[in-house]
Amino acid sequence: MAEIDVSRPILDANQRLAEANRERFRAAGVKVLNLISSPGSGKTSLLEQTLKRLQGRLAMAVIEGDVQTDADARRVAACGVRAVQIETRGGCHLDGAMVAQAAGAFDLDSLDLLIIENVGNLVCPVEFDLGEDLKLAVLSVAEGDDKPSKYPQLFKEAGVVVVNKIDLLPYIDCSLERIHADCLRLNPQQRIFDLSCRTGEGLDAWTEWLEQWAKV
Amino acid sequence: MHELAIAQSLLNIVLEEAQRHGVRKVTRVGVKVGAFSSVVPDSLSFCFDLIKEGGVAAQAALVVLPVPLAGQCPDCGQRVELSDPFAACPVCGGLRVGLDQGQELLVDFIESDDSESE
Repeated sequence: MAEIDVSRPILDANQRLAEANRERFRAAGVKVLNLISSPGSGKTSLLEQTLKRLQGRLAMAVIEGDVQTDADARRVAACGVRAVQIETRGGCHLDGAMVAQAAGAFDLDSLDLLIIENVGNLVCPVEFDLGEDLKLAVLSVAEGDDKPSKYPQLFKEAGVVVVNKIDLLPYIDCSLERIHADCLRLNPQQRIFDLSCRTGEGLDAWTEWLEQWAKV
Repeated sequence: MHELAIAQSLLNIVLEEAQRHGVRKVTRVGVKVGAFSSVVPDSLSFCFDLIKEGGVAAQAALVVLPVPLAGQCPDCGQRVELSDPFAACPVCGGLRVGLDQGQELLVDFIESDDSESE
């Protein structure tokens, strides 16, 4: 028996593709956001509201990841923003290769911001770097205030957290304070925006921050 | 659920390394899995067994080497292991331990059957 030392990261093939994407995005001067959340948190609603508010202020495009259907890409296209759909056909996450291919549909040089909406899932997408500048975690208060503590990998990695559906707070037992405290324990540098896509509360603060971030 | 994709990447590395070292039969594969990686070891082993058939790794047993969460506590200066990312420093009770270990996901070693090597 002979033991051979390997010491290679298992995901180094994906990591290399992600780094190549990152290089390509940097060279084109486009900022890239990787949007991760559970199904039903309001990812696509947030996207719609964000795109509508920033239309004309930023040149944007969207890559939509879904297990099935192009319904979300059509919702985005209805906002007047170019969208490409990746149907993973059962796959639980996007990877560097899928994004490299999808990004080919855009003239990256003409864009300020590319938003990648990952498959609705709080676990799997975290392990796969896509070449993004920032991970954005979206959580709705209806999911409960224990989610950051139950899915700490995502909430540690996320540079920004959006807490959606705050208009529901009077009807449910959910502590925004606990969400904020747990998120900041995991990542003290994190930015957190509380908002409601339904009433519009908090959306201006979020989109103003995003606009500034995309332009730097 | 993403363990299948991870197992596929793992198998690719094992096959590449076996070829590079002229190994014809891999008997064991050691993988380091951090407590803070989102990988379930049993699920990874199950997926690896499903896809390893037919190649030099067909008989390889996956050995998972768990890596605990650990980091430096700025309050007492000790290097400590934590049971979860919210846990207080077990030495001084501080809440600011800077985690720098536990996210590992790597192939540590492969073991070959010498009698089958070139």
